[in-house]
Amino acid sequence: MASLDIQGVTKSFGTTKVLHGIDLAIHDGEMVVIVGASGCGKSTLLRIVAGLETATSGAVLIDKVDVTPLEPADRDIAMVFQTYALYPHMSVFDNMAYGLKIRRLPKAEIAARVKEAADLLSIGQLLERKPRQLSGGQRQRVAMGRAIVRHPKLFLFDEPLSNLDAKLRVQMRAEIRRLQKRLRVTSLFVTHDQVEAMTLGDRLVVMHEGRAAQIGTPMEVWARPADTYVASFIGSPAMNFLPATLTEGGHAARLAGGALWRFTDGARPGREGAAITIGIRPEHLMPDAAEGLPVTLELAEPLGSETVLHAHLADGTPITARVPGAAAADTLSLAPDLAALHVFDAATGKRIDPA
Amino acid sequence: MRKKVIFRGVTLPYLLLAPQLLITLVFFFWPAGMAVWQSTLREDAFGLSTEFVAFENFTDLFRDPIYLNAAWNTVVFSSAVTALALGSALFLAVQADKHIRGARVYKTLLIWPYAVAPALAAVLWLFIFHPSIGLVGKALAVIGVEWDFRLNGGQAMTMVIIAAAWKQVSYNFIFFLAGLQSIPTSVLEAAAIDGARPIRRFWTVIFPLLSPTAFFLLVVNLVYAFFDTFGVIHALTRGGPGNATETLIYKVYVDGVQNLNFGSSAAQSVILMVIVIGLTAVQFRFIERRVHY
Repeated sequence: MASLDIQGVTKSFGTTKVLHGIDLAIHDGEMVVIVGASGCGKSTLLRIVAGLETATSGAVLIDKVDVTPLEPADRDIAMVFQTYALYPHMSVFDNMAYGLKIRRLPKAEIAARVKEAADLLSIGQLLERKPRQLSGGQRQRVAMGRAIVRHPKLFLFDEPLSNLDAKLRVQMRAEIRRLQKRLRVTSLFVTHDQVEAMTLGDRLVVMHEGRAAQIGTPMEVWARPADTYVASFIGSPAMNFLPATLTEGGHAARLAGGALWRFTDGARPGREGAAITIGIRPEHLMPDAAEGLPVTLELAEPLGSETVLHAHLADGTPITARVPGAAAADTLSLAPDLAALHVFDAATGKRIDPA
Repeated sequence: MRKKVIFRGVTLPYLLLAPQLLITLVFFFWPAGMAVWQSTLREDAFGLSTEFVAFENFTDLFRDPIYLNAAWNTVVFSSAVTALALGSALFLAVQADKHIRGARVYKTLLIWPYAVAPALAAVLWLFIFHPSIGLVGKALAVIGVEWDFRLNGGQAMTMVIIAAAWKQVSYNFIFFLAGLQSIPTSVLEAAAIDGARPIRRFWTVIFPLLSPTAFFLLVVNLVYAFFDTFGVIHALTRGGPGNATETLIYKVYVDGVQNLNFGSSAAQSVILMVIVIGLTAVQFRFIERRVHY
C-alpha cells in the first residue's frame, strides 16, 4: 500500500494545454475519484499517473518516490480499463497470472493468488474460459482480478463501469467499493458519472477544463461547491441558478424578478447592487402559496416517492424542483429553504461565503 | 443480415452466372482435364505417334534424379522465400506501426515492390548482383568474395530467393500492418502495466494475436513460391547454373516448352495441381477453425 502525490502536473498536446497544473495528495488506503465531463483531462491525468503518457511538467510520487521517469512496468500499479483490455488469446487464469509470471513468482504462489482473487470475485468457475465466452460483467470481474492478484501499490480505474448496463453498474459499483475497503489499496478512479463519484470516493476531484475545480469529500463538494460549474455538475437534478443583486448591506439578494431572499448565515462581502448568482438545489424548493415565486409548470416527472417539476419563472428563467408526493397544479409558487442558498459571483462564478 | 434477392425461375440466375462459369471451364477445367489426360500418354520424338502408358510418366519422374533435384530445390527455395518474406514483412510492419515521422511515406514505399512486374524485378536484382557491373556484386569482389551467380549454384539460389522474397514482402507487410492495427491499444497498455517489456509484449501478446494472419500468409507465400516465381527465375538464371535453381514449376516449362516432352510435363503439372489443392484444403480447414483464438 502506498501514498500518491501529484505535484504541479501539466500536459500539452502541441499548443493545446489539457492540464493546467494539478496538485493532489492521496493518503495510504484512500480512494479518490476524479470526476468531470468528457474532455476535462481526467483520463489524461490518470494515464500520466500510470506512465502511459508523459507529463509536460510536474512530478508523480508513489510512496514519496519520484516515479515520473519510470516505465509503467516499474511503477508497481494495476489498472482497470473501460474496455477491460483482457488478453483475448489467454484463458481467465492466464489473464490473471500474466503479470505474476512476468515477475517470476513460483507456480504454487501464482495459483494460490489467482484462486484467492477468483474466490473474492466469485469467478472461480470461469478460470478455464476465454474472454470472448464471458459476459460484460464477468469480463469486468476478470479485469478486477487481474489487478488484485498483483498486490500493487496503487489501483487505477479508467471509467470501468461505463460499458455495463445500468443494473450491473450499480452492483459492480458497490462491489468495487467493498473490495477497496477490504483490501485497503490506494485507488484513483476516473468517471464522468457524478453518482459513481459521490458513492465511491473518500474524496472527489471535480475537474473542469484541465483544472481541479474542487477537491473535497463528497458531502463537502455537495454542500459547499466552490463554483457554479461544480455546483451544477454534482447533484441530480442539477442546481438552479437565478440571477440576482446583492442588497441590504450583503444580507439579502434581490432576484431579477423582484423577490427578496434574506441570507440566514450572515452577510456576504461586496458592494450594494453587485451582480451575483443564487444557487438553490431542486430539493430545497417547496411549494408555498403565500411566500413563493410564482412559476409556470412545463413538465412533472413522477418518481413515486417524489415528483420532479420542470417550470420557468415569469421572466423565462428555467427552474427545477423536487417535491414530495404527486404533482401539483399547472401554476404554483415555489419557496426556497433560505438556509440552503448558495451565493456565487456572477462574473467569475466563484462561491461567496459569509465574511 | 445479407439481403437475399429472389429470382422467379432459374433462367436469369444461370444466365448471369454463365460468363464466369464459361471462363472457369475454358481456362481452368478444360486445360486441367487436358493435362490429366496428357499425363497418361507418351509421344515419340517427332510427334507422329501417341501411345497410352497409364502412370508410367509418373513412375519415371520419381526415378529421375533431375526431377528429384528439382523437388529438393523447390523445398529449399519455397521455405527460404516464405521465411524471408514473412520475417522481413513482420519486422517492417512492427516498425511502421510505431508512431514515427513520415510513417505514411514509408508505408507507401514499402507497398511499391508489389506493383513491379516479375521480369523488371529480376532485371533490377540482376543489376544489383551482377559480378562485373552490379553494386553488391562489385562490393563483394572488393572484400574478396568470389561472387558469380552464373557459375556458383548456391549463390544463384541465394539471389533468386532474395529477388522472389522481395516481391512478396509488400503483400505480407500490408496484411501484417492491418493485423497489428486491429490489436486494441488498451490490451498492449494493460500488458505494459502488468510489467511486460516491449520484446516480451511482442511474443506473448502481439504475435499470438497475429497468428491467424501469419498462418494465412504462410499458405499464400508457399503457393507464391511454388507457382508464381517462374518469371523471376526465368529472367535471372533460367534454372541454372546446371540445374541449381530449377524448381518444379520451372521444370514443367523446360520439359514441356523446350524439350517438347508433353507427357512428362503434363504429369509434373498434375503433381503441382495436387499440391496446390492440398495447400488450399489445409488453408480452408484452418481458416474456419481459426488459429489460437
